[in-house]
Amino acid sequence: MLEWIRDIGARSIDSLGTLGRAFLFLLRVLIGLPALVLRPGLVIREIFSVGVLSLLIIVVSGLFVGMVLGLQGYNTLVDFGAEESLGVLVALSLVRELGPVVTALLFAGRAGSALSAEIGLMKATEQLSSMEMMAVDPERRVIGPRFLAGFLSMPLLAAIFTFLGIVGAYLIATGLLGVDGGAFWSQMQNKVDFYDDVLNGIIKSLVFGFVASWIAVFEGYDCMPTSEGVSRATTRTVVYTSLAVLGLDFILTALMFG
Amino acid sequence: MQESRTLELWVGLFVLAGIAALFALAMKVSNIAVFQSNSGYDVIARFQNIGGLTEQAPVTLAGVQVGRVKSIELDNSTFQAKVVLSINGQYDDLPQDTSASILTAGLLGEQYVSLEPGGMDQKLKNGDEIMLTQSAMILEKLISQYLYQSASKK
Repeated sequence: MLEWIRDIGARSIDSLGTLGRAFLFLLRVLIGLPALVLRPGLVIREIFSVGVLSLLIIVVSGLFVGMVLGLQGYNTLVDFGAEESLGVLVALSLVRELGPVVTALLFAGRAGSALSAEIGLMKATEQLSSMEMMAVDPERRVIGPRFLAGFLSMPLLAAIFTFLGIVGAYLIATGLLGVDGGAFWSQMQNKVDFYDDVLNGIIKSLVFGFVASWIAVFEGYDCMPTSEGVSRATTRTVVYTSLAVLGLDFILTALMFG
Repeated sequence: MQESRTLELWVGLFVLAGIAALFALAMKVSNIAVFQSNSGYDVIARFQNIGGLTEQAPVTLAGVQVGRVKSIELDNSTFQAKVVLSINGQYDDLPQDTSASILTAGLLGEQYVSLEPGGMDQKLKNGDEIMLTQSAMILEKLISQYLYQSASKK
């Protein structure tokens, strides 16, 4: 019994310690970010591996999510003779929710896990320690560019996802379902507001980009320097990012549209 | 060096694609009014009741969209709704006795302003007022009228 209580205590102290380390780590990374202005090449290289290489999965899933939304929404709307509202339905659900959230989840699987594994392996092979030996701060040289690249890529990826989703729904609606294309766009423009919907979606994706990149680089940096530790860190990145994104999405939605 | 060039090119393309998507979301999907071309002219229509008409609602003639509702306000002296319609510049020869009515697209659809051209030679100009208007049909009023009528018959 005593053993059990001690176990709970040890776990709580452990997780509180991790949380504290994560915040201090974030603070150090953020302080180091302005120095990157002098070396934009580092960030561009990371945007390539985080953003450009994620494009394929974002483009394909954006198109397909939009097409499926179009098909499913049509089934319900056609009963009410309101199939012209399909554009509104698809645009609002993509701009407000699905665009930022699904992009963040895909980002965690595609880019976040890669970031964690890369940094974790650098730690396991003592590349980070050798940098410190050479008086190079790994948090500024390695972590900072990766964090910034993730933070910058996420809104762009989410915008591409959202727009392609709407295009996919438009193709299905006009090509397969026979919805009038003009009504599709005009009703959408009537109902979707730039500040209430589009801007709030962008704010969401900025928040998700911040959190997803933070979790990815921290898990990599904080992992046990063994092959098992790296694999655990990668898994944790995907799980924690997904949970954090879904939880934050609820809070943000309640604040923005509640 | 060559590799770094292509890498920069890809990143540039990615950033441009992202910004283009954001721009398309602002322009094509939402109704941001700041950059919309304003090459039309405005006419005023007063209604007793506009029902659920909103700004940016379409203005149609013979079912073709010819403009949008620009603003809606209450006229304090007559207690009528003053609706400013922005008509596209290419439709500049509407007769002056054109009438406007507020209709609903489908049973549950959005409300829009429908124009019915008259027969006068003079054309509508910027700032003119449409004299013949028909208010929105309020379903509750119709139902209550019908109920009172059927009650008074007994």
